[in-house]
Amino acid sequence: MTDRPLKQIHLAAHFPGVNNTTVWTDPASGSQIDFASFRHLAETAERGRFDFFFLAEGLRLREVKGRIHDLDVVGRPESITVLNALAAVTTRLGLAATVNATFNEPYELARRFASLDHLSDGRAAWNVVTSSDAFTGENFRRGGYLDRADRYTRAAEFVQLVREFWDAADGGTVRHRGPQFDVEGTLSLPRPPQGHPVVIQAGDSDEGREFAAATADVIFSRHHTLTAGQAFHADVKRRLAAYGRKPDELKIMPGVTYVLGDTQEEAVERAAEIRRAQVSPATTIGYLEQVWGVDLSGHDPDGPLPTVDPVPDSGIVKGRTTLGDPLEIAAKWRAVAEEKKLTSRELVIEVTGRQSFIGTPEAVADRIDTYVQSDAADGFILVPHLTPGGLDDFVDRVVPLLQERGVFRTEYTGTTLRDHLGLPVPGRP
Amino acid sequence: MPRQLHLSAAVDSPGHVDAGHFTALARLAERATLDFVTLDDSYAPEPRRLDALATFSRLAPVTRGLGLVPTVTTTHTEPFHTSISVNTLDWVSGGRAGWLVGVSDTEAEAKAFGRKGTAPADELWAEAADAAEVAARLWDSWEDDAEIRDTATGRFIDRDKLHYIDFEGTHFSVRGPSITPRPPQGRPVVVVAVAAADLAPDAAAGGRARVTTAARYADVVLLDAPDRATRLTAATELRLRAGESLRILARIPVALADEAATAALIGELAEGGGGVDGFHLVPADPARDLAAVADRVVPALRDLGLFRTSYGGPTLRDHLGLARPASRYALAATLSSTPAAQVPAQAPVQIPAAGNDAAAPAAAPAEVTR
Ligand SMILES: Cc1cc2nc3c(=O)[nH]c(=O)nc-3n(C[C@H](O)[C@H](O)[C@H](O)COP(=O)(O)O)c2cc1C
Repeated sequence: MTDRPLKQIHLAAHFPGVNNTTVWTDPASGSQIDFASFRHLAETAERGRFDFFFLAEGLRLREVKGRIHDLDVVGRPESITVLNALAAVTTRLGLAATVNATFNEPYELARRFASLDHLSDGRAAWNVVTSSDAFTGENFRRGGYLDRADRYTRAAEFVQLVREFWDAADGGTVRHRGPQFDVEGTLSLPRPPQGHPVVIQAGDSDEGREFAAATADVIFSRHHTLTAGQAFHADVKRRLAAYGRKPDELKIMPGVTYVLGDTQEEAVERAAEIRRAQVSPATTIGYLEQVWGVDLSGHDPDGPLPTVDPVPDSGIVKGRTTLGDPLEIAAKWRAVAEEKKLTSRELVIEVTGRQSFIGTPEAVADRIDTYVQSDAADGFILVPHLTPGGLDDFVDRVVPLLQERGVFRTEYTGTTLRDHLGLPVPGRP
Repeated sequence: MPRQLHLSAAVDSPGHVDAGHFTALARLAERATLDFVTLDDSYAPEPRRLDALATFSRLAPVTRGLGLVPTVTTTHTEPFHTSISVNTLDWVSGGRAGWLVGVSDTEAEAKAFGRKGTAPADELWAEAADAAEVAARLWDSWEDDAEIRDTATGRFIDRDKLHYIDFEGTHFSVRGPSITPRPPQGRPVVVVAVAAADLAPDAAAGGRARVTTAARYADVVLLDAPDRATRLTAATELRLRAGESLRILARIPVALADEAATAALIGELAEGGGGVDGFHLVPADPARDLAAVADRVVPALRDLGLFRTSYGGPTLRDHLGLARPASRYALAATLSSTPAAQVPAQAPVQIPAAGNDAAAPAAAPAEVTR
């Protein structure tokens, strides 16, 4: 660590819209849909000289017990459309949209991302996700379900084909005959300013990591502890050589939350308050039902865990990733509750905890820097818990400390997202 | 006070792919207080152009009153994506979005997607009608007050105010509800271009299907007619079929290269007419011609009391004098004292061949209680 120059940290801002960490009960919580909210967060991120602004995607509203889940923030706009609007009110910030490779077609996405790249002068990024199931498919012509292996097969050929279109832009015709796609087309616009808009991957399986190693510029990972981060970082970077790529051609950016306080105690207390707001009594029941697979609406969230046994594969929750094997999880949760004498709600708060960095601005800056310098990450995607002001304090209080340490830019040195990430403009084949 | 004209313009600029060019055009159009601008689109390899909806999203934050009506084609795009994209344009523009419905009829476009072959125009327009139906149902699928943020019960939304749309058509089915809350205008303004020839008794099947789609779904028709008499006949027929709330704008090419051309246009617009509500100007050279419209044509019309001096309200519906529609599902809920047997189990995707049907509320899809 001492024999090499300090690594520069990459930072991105995750818009705290639809998800179960956004605290909508806070009086400071604003709209998750008004453009003013997107604008505020993007302007804050740009003021903080962040690499990019990030939007997640979900193409069907989640359901619990056959009814729309009503406890978390719901309702999001279409990402690429929002990012084109944000391109008008920002000048340097990268603009990343999560878009599923299962329910779209390569020609269309190649053109939409190329358009965003032109309209933002080289700031577009595509987070390629593959999560999909028959449930989401009910909103689409394709309709059906692709199982996991097929999803990544389709995604890999999808991204390859999109890049062929970008490379051939300026009038060249792409003729592609592959197992997934048989197309012939010419994009009606010039090559994107970045050559290829930045490709991000979010997914964790072996297939997902291999796909990222082969094709992505950035990984949005969920490994945010030091040791897990280091293991993930080492594993993925090791895979790059097989594709003729160098370690710094792929940036690993875990999604993280943070809570600041003037003292460590204050930060810890605020963090606990936020967790209580994230896990309301009603949410507690929701979590338990997700594991137990049965209706627990009569259960007391302030009492002990349910005594009944979980029902595996009940399908009670739809559109949300499962937590794992229900019998195992229930056993583990019961053990923790027993040992620490926790009510159902306290238990859920304890085991679903997601806050990564809690402390004074100095402590948080120090840990972020340490993680990056010790290769647990190349940077972070910050997931604030408040819309839209959730990053204000980070930008005001933590960013200057990182800048003082010389590990984060004080001004943008380039104009494109590739410039910020230190990625070369791909040449034409 | 003389009847007020509705004026709009196309900003199509083949070859231009930079935001600055379109920003300049939008500012001119806004200076002229035009109701809206349109931007054409297709998946054809020529001409060189950007995605139209993307371009207008980029313009939304740098304009304040101008309606933004991009073409979005329905043949190769998922209706769910179209619905949420147009909805989002309405959110980012504060209620100034429209949708010029288009189809893709070329082999080149079909091959670029590689998903299906080409189809006859009547089939493409029937599919476009289904896409418009799905979009409208998805826009309605969140009632206006669905977001409740009720801390007492911990509920962010009232799930009873979100609705499955359960659309089943020939080409696709969509379950719903939307992932995007109801747009500011309730429904963005739907625009369809129609030629007078499409309304003629001997019109081709494709033209007839286009008219059927327009009569059922359009708020605004852009009408191509070769002369005043034809325009009047076509507009009368359209109103008969679509109802009086339809806005009809005659599409006229303009090339304002000199004072004479500008004066002639002022004369034509001031004369108005042929049964239409106003005009959709199609400039030969958008930068030059829109400057002439903003600096010469519109001031002259204002002097004659024929055109507004500022935007009256913030939304495109305001400019066009169109009411904000209520969600059909909210309506269905207020009418729910109606015995269930009277409500069709599945909203029929019927497109009446003729008749004054546009004002009638759409049939309420069956509410799914699960
Ligand atoms: C940090 C992270 C963020 C993700 N965000 C999204 C998202 O916004 N939308 C989505 O559909 N899937 C999202 N996914 C799901 C992944 O795209 C992927 O489909 C899923 O993790 C299954 O793939 P895997 O088995 O490789 O993990 C995300 C995954 C991770 C790890």
